[in-house]
Amino acid sequence: MLSHLLPGLASLAKRGLAGWLVIFGGILVSVVVVMTIVSPWIAPHDPSAINVGQPLSPPSSQFPFGTDDVGRDMLSRIISGGGIMLQVAILSVIVCLMIGVPLGLFSSHTGGVIDRFVSLIMDSVYAFPGLILAIAIALVLGRGVINMALSIAVVYVPSYFRVIRSQVLSIKEMPYVEAANAAGARKRTVLSRYILPNVVPSIAVVATVNFADAILTAAGLTFIGMGVPVNVPDWGWDLTNGRRLLPSGAWWVITFPGVMIILLALGFTLMGEGLSELLSPRLEQ
Amino acid sequence: MTVDALTVEYWTRKGKIRAVEDMSFSLEKAETLGVVGESGSGKSTLGLSLIGLVPFPGRITKGKIILKDKEVLKLRKDDLRNLRGKEICYVFQDPMTSLNPVKKIGAHFVELIRTHEPQVTKQEALKRAKKLLKDVGIQPERLNDYPHQLSGGMRQRVMIGLAIALNPSIVVADEPTTALDVIVQAKILDLLNALRDAYGMALILITHDLSIVLQRSDRIMVMYAGHMVEYAPSIEIYSNPKHPYTQGLLKSIPNIELADQKLEAISGSPPDLLDLPKGCRFWPRCYCAFERCRMEAPPLITTGTEHFTRCFLYEEGRKA
Amino acid sequence: MSQNEILKVEHLKKYFPVEKSFIEKMLTRTRHFVRAVDDVSFSVLKGEIFTLAGESGCGKTTTGKLVVRLIPPTSGKIFFDNVEITTLDHEALRMLKRRMQIIFQDPYASFNPRMKIGEAVGHPLEIHGLAKHDEKRKRVLEILERVGITPAEKFSDLYPHQMSGGQRQRAAMARALILQPEFIVADEPVSMIDVSLRTAIIDLMLNLRKDFGLTYLFITHDLAIAKYISDRIAIMYLGKIVELGDKPTIFSNPMHPYTQALLSAIPVPVPERKRKTTELIGDVPSAINIPSGCRFRTRCRCAEKACEEKEPELIPISPDHYVACNLAEN
Repeated sequence: MLSHLLPGLASLAKRGLAGWLVIFGGILVSVVVVMTIVSPWIAPHDPSAINVGQPLSPPSSQFPFGTDDVGRDMLSRIISGGGIMLQVAILSVIVCLMIGVPLGLFSSHTGGVIDRFVSLIMDSVYAFPGLILAIAIALVLGRGVINMALSIAVVYVPSYFRVIRSQVLSIKEMPYVEAANAAGARKRTVLSRYILPNVVPSIAVVATVNFADAILTAAGLTFIGMGVPVNVPDWGWDLTNGRRLLPSGAWWVITFPGVMIILLALGFTLMGEGLSELLSPRLEQ
Repeated sequence: MTVDALTVEYWTRKGKIRAVEDMSFSLEKAETLGVVGESGSGKSTLGLSLIGLVPFPGRITKGKIILKDKEVLKLRKDDLRNLRGKEICYVFQDPMTSLNPVKKIGAHFVELIRTHEPQVTKQEALKRAKKLLKDVGIQPERLNDYPHQLSGGMRQRVMIGLAIALNPSIVVADEPTTALDVIVQAKILDLLNALRDAYGMALILITHDLSIVLQRSDRIMVMYAGHMVEYAPSIEIYSNPKHPYTQGLLKSIPNIELADQKLEAISGSPPDLLDLPKGCRFWPRCYCAFERCRMEAPPLITTGTEHFTRCFLYEEGRKA
Repeated sequence: MSQNEILKVEHLKKYFPVEKSFIEKMLTRTRHFVRAVDDVSFSVLKGEIFTLAGESGCGKTTTGKLVVRLIPPTSGKIFFDNVEITTLDHEALRMLKRRMQIIFQDPYASFNPRMKIGEAVGHPLEIHGLAKHDEKRKRVLEILERVGITPAEKFSDLYPHQMSGGQRQRAAMARALILQPEFIVADEPVSMIDVSLRTAIIDLMLNLRKDFGLTYLFITHDLAIAKYISDRIAIMYLGKIVELGDKPTIFSNPMHPYTQALLSAIPVPVPERKRKTTELIGDVPSAINIPSGCRFRTRCRCAEKACEEKEPELIPISPDHYVACNLAEN
């Protein structure tokens, strides 16, 4: 796989600023993912162990990111805290793909009343401010990784739907689809081999932005207490905790997790921006 | 106007594309020059470079354009803008998108006239616009219409009206009729020639349709892959084409007045401008290419009175 | 329908409803239609090249698509090889598509950008379950060679954007031919191709007709090409055929004023040729608001009172020469 990676990166770099955005964003994301995966081996202390150090001690050579109010090492918490966010983000993207993509494809390809009806529903959901809707759904579903992922997914499915629908509608009119119809292809063949492969690039773009949004929404949900139980290290949880501790002057508890969340979301956003630049048609002279 | 050794390059990420290379020609007063070429021949780039509007990432890298004793390429931006519209005007290919959809036709004219002649009042400008519309065959009431209310042919006529509004000495028309139907096309071309006669301006007709330029221009320039391959009066091009490409083109266009015509194809396809063949750019498709053609690019050779051909066949001392 | 006719079209109509905004729908009762094809009848003989000619918007492309049942007609009948195909069900229609194919105008858009050319050309075989894997590949390479795409091996692994317009159009022909159809609709096959390549494509089409025994319905706005390639021609205007006949007759003796105007407007590649262009008044009316009676009367110099009321029928003025003009009936 690595042997494909390097030439792939090289060709991305050649594509100018957009390519670099994708590379840079990709590096950010990969670093976080790898770090989270190997966290059990590289975290200096158990992130959940209390009283490893003096509670609320500022960053020092012993505890580079300081400790929180029960003496947990912030550095270890930072290293291990991305897991929940990533899980929620990945899960929500998978759910969106499984629901949004087929829905978008079939609705727009079928057209007619069905299409209008589904679009109406999607547009209504889309009109809600995302975070508020996610909170409302999370309130109904309850806490936990899966529920968070589901509430984010519900908020995001309309975006996938819209993007795919507009793509399908324009591709449907293209002569090569007409040619496939003229050759006698069945509807599902046309969808799977002619329309879907040409829609995939835009799906990729929406998915990366979805990731970024999911991270931020998950942080938001955890911040207001809708997130995960206490004993798992999580940046969102540290944000809440840190906010509480801020008046006492312990700036490090909230800052570092906040920075990590921003970096992760930024990584995905950069990738998304870069991808959408690369994949939009360029006029060649 | 005289153009000397003009070269225009596009500096793209994939490499430098020489869209136009070493073009030299002159344009007389009230002359119609036909520029013929296929996609990739550089004809549009040439047209745009004459008014200094080569789109990024293109740039003019060599050569001179002299218009009425002024060197166009050395002009300051403001002077160039004044030149555009006043001395040399451009008619774009697509009448659908070249007019501002939220401005009335009259407003187009007023803006144009008053930009170059600020002392003219709005009323005067509208009066002139009315006359111009009449000249191009549109009822003056249409001044109050928006572009989408006019048909394609009428929009193109408005474009022409705008082009001649300031009485320029040169009008460059880039594929003025490609987007139009054949009947409208004939009317527009007739119009252009009539205006040329009435206003005494020179016309540069850029097109891929050899039939149009043969029928309506005084001189013709044939372009291929950025090079001018033949340049001669139309009669010469028709009766005595020298360059193999020109000959091939003439044999491949159907003539509606001939019965039982046998058309011949030119083999191969136009080259990729990023991957030009060494030597003469046309040799891969030429029926009589020889060793020299593959190695060197031929210069422009005089092959008759005012007849120039870029082909080694006509080199001094060769028997063609 | 005679044994000799491979295609017959009777009173074909295709009306497209004009989309109305919500408010308009509330306030007005009348529905407007774009009458793209408005009562067209003709037949195509086996082995001939029948051309539908006319300017943009006259309905020729729509007619072509109707004939291969790419879009359903609003009314009228279509017969293919003596069998009515107007209302065939899905399965029967699929079988039909093995016998009639279509080539599109835009070589750049008629191929799926994500499919290699070899796959695209061979896909019809897959769709109809006619060949798989090795057999399919063999037939793809054969047909590519036949249309002049050589070396076929190399090209079949390329993506569309790696080929030139002319090559793509040849590949489009290969794709249309791989099912060995009898009838091909060619919709402006060369208008988007460079001039120097057009002749090659047209000659290829003529050769293929000879070798495969094909019949073409050729659609074009370029009457010069129509003259070169056709056996019979039908001139269309605003959705109707105004003149129909064999090629020599149409070009030497055009009767309908529109045909005359069209022919006189075509540029002749001869310097300083002064042609007598028949002047037409005004522009083409919108296909939503077609003039009453003869739809050409708004631009016709010979229009009379009767032309406002009576819509002319296509009537023969000599064997195999039909004109739709009120004045020609005299």
